[in-house]
Amino acid sequence: MPFIPHTEQDIQSMLASIGAKNIDALFDEIPAALRSGKLTAVGDGLNEMQVSRLMRERAAQDNQPLNFIGAGAYEHHIPAAVWEIATRGEYYTAYTPYQAEASQGTLQTLYEYQTMIASLTGMDASNASLYDGASGLAEAILMAVRAHKSSRRVLLPASVSPLYRSVARSIVKLQNIELVEIPFDSATGTTDLDALQQHAGGDIAALVIPQPNFFGALEDVDALTAWAHAQGALAIGLVNPLTLALLKAPGQWSEKGADIAVGDGQPLGAPLSSGGPYFGFMCCKQALVRQMPGRIIGRTVDLNGKPGFTLTLQAREQHIRRAKATSNICSNQGLMVAAATIHMALLGVDGLRRAAAASHANTQALAELASGINGVKRLFGAPHFHEVVLHLPGSSARVLHSMAGQGISGGFDLQPHYPQLGNAILVCATETKTNEDLQRFVAALRHAL
Amino acid sequence: MLIFERSHAGRRNAAQAPHHAAIANGIPAALLRQDQPLLPEASEMDVVRHYTRLSQKNFSIDTHFYPLGSCTMKYNPRACNTLAMLPNFLARHPLAPEATGQGMLACLYDLQEILKDVTGMAGVSLMPMAGAQGEFAGIAMIRAYHDARGDTARTEIIVPDAAHGTNPATAVMCGYTVKEIPTDANGDVDLAALRAATGPQTAGLMLTNPSTLGVFEKQIQAIQNIIHDAGGLLYYDGANLNAILGKVKPGDMGFDVIHMNLHKTFSTPHGGGGPGAGAVGVAQRLLPFLPLPVVTKLPSPHGGEGARRAGEGASGEAVSYRYLTEKDLPQSIGHLSAFSGNIGILLRAYVYARMLGAEGMHRVAEFATLNANYLMAELGKAGFTVAFPQRRASHEFIVSIKPLKDATGISAMDVAKRLLDKGFHPPTTYFPMLVPECLLIEPTETESKETLDGFVNALKEIRDEAHATPELVKGAPHSMPVRRLDDVKAARELDLAWKPAAGAP
Repeated sequence: MPFIPHTEQDIQSMLASIGAKNIDALFDEIPAALRSGKLTAVGDGLNEMQVSRLMRERAAQDNQPLNFIGAGAYEHHIPAAVWEIATRGEYYTAYTPYQAEASQGTLQTLYEYQTMIASLTGMDASNASLYDGASGLAEAILMAVRAHKSSRRVLLPASVSPLYRSVARSIVKLQNIELVEIPFDSATGTTDLDALQQHAGGDIAALVIPQPNFFGALEDVDALTAWAHAQGALAIGLVNPLTLALLKAPGQWSEKGADIAVGDGQPLGAPLSSGGPYFGFMCCKQALVRQMPGRIIGRTVDLNGKPGFTLTLQAREQHIRRAKATSNICSNQGLMVAAATIHMALLGVDGLRRAAAASHANTQALAELASGINGVKRLFGAPHFHEVVLHLPGSSARVLHSMAGQGISGGFDLQPHYPQLGNAILVCATETKTNEDLQRFVAALRHAL
Repeated sequence: MLIFERSHAGRRNAAQAPHHAAIANGIPAALLRQDQPLLPEASEMDVVRHYTRLSQKNFSIDTHFYPLGSCTMKYNPRACNTLAMLPNFLARHPLAPEATGQGMLACLYDLQEILKDVTGMAGVSLMPMAGAQGEFAGIAMIRAYHDARGDTARTEIIVPDAAHGTNPATAVMCGYTVKEIPTDANGDVDLAALRAATGPQTAGLMLTNPSTLGVFEKQIQAIQNIIHDAGGLLYYDGANLNAILGKVKPGDMGFDVIHMNLHKTFSTPHGGGGPGAGAVGVAQRLLPFLPLPVVTKLPSPHGGEGARRAGEGASGEAVSYRYLTEKDLPQSIGHLSAFSGNIGILLRAYVYARMLGAEGMHRVAEFATLNANYLMAELGKAGFTVAFPQRRASHEFIVSIKPLKDATGISAMDVAKRLLDKGFHPPTTYFPMLVPECLLIEPTETESKETLDGFVNALKEIRDEAHATPELVKGAPHSMPVRRLDDVKAARELDLAWKPAAGAP
């Protein structure tokens, strides 16, 4: 019996203690009509050798092309030590640290994480993670509406990932929150300030400010933050944490800084893994801490005055507050956060800066090389971070299909999401790409055209 | 010591970053940061030692018995981790063509089929990233169903008072108000109160069965009739699915929608708080509303070549897999994650399910129940107060420490902390709130009789200590890295991030 240690003798002596004649008798309170028959879709059990063979065969089908897609998930170097340590049983098989004295390892790791991510975002406080960036954005919108008190309208630029906007809509619409789309400037690819100005003086709880935005373009975050604050609205910074090794932190935007910073932690040590598990991060100003959803770790002292760590502000959470909780979230992405903490500690400031700068430089080089192909041009004029939009002289779907046939994931097809851009693709070259990789991209693109 | 206190300015790990520091010359100065973020500057060996030593301050399933009620802390087979982390699975970009993910999609499709079978539901979506998000998906589907029928006067979700806190919190997130109903002396739902609470305003009922009191809700048929007759839908909270896996299918109990905690029942790791996976299953009438994406199987579009790439079905026919989108399910409640949920966790659950097989699946509930009833019998014989001695335990049961507290002043919390000194992670304490000074104990099927006997002995020793040396128990734990922590100070004087001492370089 897989993973069940009982011998026949154990079973008999346990049943004798209970006073039951067999195991089936333990289910005698369940109405007979409800008892299931045989499972038909499950099949016979496989031993570890057999299941290993099955999984290795399936993995072998999934050889991966050379990847130039970003669009919310980024291929970065992950030090070997990150997952070697994160999958130690003591991290991997521990529960939520409700018994603080027996969970100081997880708790201190999370406290160190909160320190690092709060510093990267320039904010006062962080929670211990949310599920991912997109659902994190939804939680940030709910939090902003709670904090604002009088408005249920949030401005959400079209330069925010369409995948994130779709998730945010799925989650917040049930609480009658209105998401208002703000168009982008077709020349720069950044939020259209004139269009935004039309909402001045209106009923607005918050403005979402993506940096870099979905097109990889850099927004005028100071102006956008100042505008939101002038309207009495909160500013929500939607950011990529790796870029914050170089870019101005949300807490430093304009005079007062953004009120909430949120995003996906995937660039900090999470493998691409077809989309998950990643983790969402959320940081905020001190005044908003009690509106923040999710678990939060605090440092305190024990009976002897020795420093220690514990879950704190639990009165916001569902297991205490029930229907009045800030969110229903309980499980978060703890293990991904442990990995991210180890990742950030291993890279340090210098390592993160180098990875961010090399990703920027590689993407810039790729855009220049690609623009040398007849008919290919960069679509937006704003400075970019590590993604750019290329406009193609032929069908973007067909070009990407052809590049896939040459072993290259050439980019994310923007056409279905932004038909007004025509045959446009979003490309990304992180620090993992060599000059030869860039040449292969260009050759494949040229061939596809 | 914190990692920041091991930091030395200028120390860097050359092996972990690009050799040449590129210059970000395309970015305007006004957008660059001027300060240095607070990240440690430590050697690789320092970092490895720091986090290895920190990990050793944790209790975990791999190191300790962890009978945490309602959490199903069973053994997490190592093969699940190894096989979910095969390089091709880790390397795939979520937006890469589906042709590059056929092996992964085959696993997800098979997992959907397995979960449909064991739950008796008509369709499954694997996408919710945790139990609470599964609950959200489930209640959002109930709302979408009523809305699609123009039945918009249903504004309430009924929740028993024994329910997990996530249930009422979820109902509120989905725009409903919550009506709480009491539990009777046997631990079952109070049917008279349920009847009184149900009406044309009822959108649905959220129920955990077996309940958090550790007993199977025997009146489930009557409950189902009351809710369905009023036009409401029945939601199954799968937190306790381990108790009935392979024995009873929630679909057969009349539930319209369920969530499963794959990090409980299907043994994926808890990871110090996540990631989880909260797959949802639905009855026929809710199929159009499933959260996206769902994996579907098709005859291979590419003929022979495609078949080699995509693999072959059981009977040898060529098949391929793809995600269903908004175009396929226009009434879906939508996406709940940027991409496709916690795929790495789903792969672990799939490996586990295949290793169990149908026979192993039946045995999960049998041995989880055997262990719980044995532990309950032994503790009862030892003189501990079992909350519902007249009932069978499901996979968990409740012991109340109240008599011991009345006699000695030792609380459930004290007992829990003293258990740590004895090498056992304590059970869930003070939940459910209906039973005073309670310990909710869930041993799971993967623990041996010797371990359970050791746990009984530890509790007996603590009871003796409570009478003989109560201060010893009140001051516990004594052998952990820290003693009891000042939670009041933690909440009043918030310290959520480390700051360098003033004047430090």
